[in-house]
Amino acid sequence: MEKVLMKGNEAIAEAAILAGCRHYFGYPITPQTEVAAYMAKRMPKIGGVFLQAESEIAAINMVYGVAATGKRAMTSSSSPGIALKCEGISYLAGADLPALIVNVQRGGPGLGGIQPSQSDYFLCTRGPGHGDFHVLVLAPSSVQEMADLTLKGFELAEKYRMPAMLLADGTMGQMMEPVVLPEKLEAAPEAPEWATTGTQGKRKHNIANSLYLSPAELEQLNLERFRRYAEIEENECMWEEFMMDDAEYCVVSCGITARVSRNAILEARAKGIKVGMIRPITLWPFPKKPLLAAADLVKSFLVVELSMGQMREDVELATRCKKPVYGCTRVGGMIPSPEEVLEKLYEITK
Amino acid sequence: MRENQIVIAGFGGQGLLFSGKVLAYGGLLENRQLSWLPSYGPEMRGGTANCSVILSDREVGSPIVHHPNILMVMNTPSLDKYESQVAPGGKIFIDSALISRKVERDDVEVYYIPATQMAHDIGAPSLANMILLGALVKQTGCISEETLDEALLKVVPPRKADLIDLNRKALALGKDYKA
Amino acid sequence: MIVFEKPKALTDAVLHYCPGCTHGIIHRLVAEVIDELGIEGQTVGVAPVGCSVLAYNYFACDMVEAAHGRAPAVATGIKRSLPENVVFTYQGDGDLASIGMCETVHAAARGENITVIFINNAIYGMTGGQMAPTSLPGQVTQTSPYGRNVDTQGYPVRVCEMLSSLDGPAYLERVTVNNVKNVNRAKKAIKKAFQNQLDGKGFSLVEVLSSCPTNWGMTPQKALEWIDEKMIPYYPLGVYKDKEG
Repeated sequence: MEKVLMKGNEAIAEAAILAGCRHYFGYPITPQTEVAAYMAKRMPKIGGVFLQAESEIAAINMVYGVAATGKRAMTSSSSPGIALKCEGISYLAGADLPALIVNVQRGGPGLGGIQPSQSDYFLCTRGPGHGDFHVLVLAPSSVQEMADLTLKGFELAEKYRMPAMLLADGTMGQMMEPVVLPEKLEAAPEAPEWATTGTQGKRKHNIANSLYLSPAELEQLNLERFRRYAEIEENECMWEEFMMDDAEYCVVSCGITARVSRNAILEARAKGIKVGMIRPITLWPFPKKPLLAAADLVKSFLVVELSMGQMREDVELATRCKKPVYGCTRVGGMIPSPEEVLEKLYEITK
Repeated sequence: MRENQIVIAGFGGQGLLFSGKVLAYGGLLENRQLSWLPSYGPEMRGGTANCSVILSDREVGSPIVHHPNILMVMNTPSLDKYESQVAPGGKIFIDSALISRKVERDDVEVYYIPATQMAHDIGAPSLANMILLGALVKQTGCISEETLDEALLKVVPPRKADLIDLNRKALALGKDYKA
Repeated sequence: MIVFEKPKALTDAVLHYCPGCTHGIIHRLVAEVIDELGIEGQTVGVAPVGCSVLAYNYFACDMVEAAHGRAPAVATGIKRSLPENVVFTYQGDGDLASIGMCETVHAAARGENITVIFINNAIYGMTGGQMAPTSLPGQVTQTSPYGRNVDTQGYPVRVCEMLSSLDGPAYLERVTVNNVKNVNRAKKAIKKAFQNQLDGKGFSLVEVLSSCPTNWGMTPQKALEWIDEKMIPYYPLGVYKDKEG
């Protein structure tokens, strides 16, 4: 397989095209603008649609329109823009429509900064929008995964008829690494039976909708959706274990901080400290099982992240606080160095 | 294990990210593990810009370079910022036409090359970065000289193919420069 | 023999609109046009948020319910996905001219090949009669209890006039349905707005001045007269843009 050198943002765009996505709607915002620029170049050449929307809100609603017709659609943005898209994401979830939303996170709150962050963790893993719902959340830790998880996102979104989010950070979007482009995703079914493609006079009308004025009916729909979510939690958790076989301490980290942690772990190992890492790849569903299992084997956990401890809460919940869960965090666009992580490891292993 | 941790820094518009890309492609051609990470900011031209390139025999962990063993700088603020971070024994490549001060450390190897002046002299003022890059590759061997040429062909877009020979000339000037 | 029949493009669902409201007439006109053009099977409608939120139950074609104000963006997505289909939005004044103004203006500026049916009744009906972007100066509503004060609450928006300054739209016309003659004119305009889409002409919008007896606090008859007396002077009927005209 030929390796090509690509920016993470470009890898997302090319992978989306390989996933059969022919409808992209976006709005410029650092640090993800390369996705839109790439799509603007490529889509017209392959008969696809690139449209620079008037706002992030319009973009997600255009995605909603395409999704209602049963085709693969995506939009991408960064944190402040994702906040605006929350309305549309909730409607997608409420109408049970698949789509891929890319969030290349930057520091916040407010206008924040433009440097890497993981501080949209709560926003995205708890259902980005109003109401009771989830979206699939995938957290790439390399340019290769930017491509692979984009495909996975489309695949899972379609399988479970719900939105999926690729939750990256600015570093992942901006860096270049060699990548082997994934195989094409199987073609989308021409028109799923629920799609609003016109009745052609052959069936009753389809309605893409999330309004249910009967509380009993709306409750049932929510319950049904959460039965589906339970199935997803059972079957779709993804994570990677690194040097966990004999680990006495467990680092938990995703995205760029998992890469930093890797360096720190290798150095700690060289000094005889038995530390490993569980790297969640799906943030929702969160890989609770391997973490709970690890809680019986290790002395403590160290969560390395670019937020004030948002994922740490999930680790505490997953491990039912059986062992201490420590944090190593930098925020605002700062990234910890391997030395800082190592320092923290020394501290907790003392 | 061979690992080059490279920082290339200067003003936006000096072609620094491009130089880094040439190295990254070189790494790809030599089948090494690698990463290329730019600084990104609101200023497209004139502000400080840098990129970090890691070329390694093992999987690249963090793509962020904290202690470069190769530093290429094209303005004084960048030298001020990165000089102290360079790993002992590291190599620093300085555009001495733009940076008048000397490196204060004595545990690093320093190459002073008046690249911007040399680029002017050959009528290609925008290729000072390539002159420095030529010297960097020659003196560090982070990629081979043959690979450097191949990488250049990969990175220069087809619509700028007429600039390849000039780029080669700049690289050669850097390789052959003797202080 | 002429038999009065319900258009095929309407379902059998019973409309929930208040007595005297003209939404029913406009629904019927849209459905008749869909029938006459024979496009029901290829049409996808987009319903708004507001009084006509349940329009998806009434039109027999495929329907998509949009978030408040976002119908033109949703319709853009549908039309870009299905360029051979006919896509229309049905929106009220709060939806189109307040919260969704951005989506409206930009769909128009892009010349998006869709049909927009814009119901202007100068009030928020579903939420119980609050001031709309199109409420008239001095108009008493729940949120302008002393009458719309233009010094603090600004002026109404004339959508057709505003959009007519753009190069994008193909066709903009304001009509009303307060008497038989006007109903016939409105139908002609709606038909043209759909025909334009079939002919690939681009963004077509028909603004229909509509009555809201419930929230205006009038009898249905008086409400229809109020359109003549108060609304039309502020919102003159007519064609504001017709790329071919």
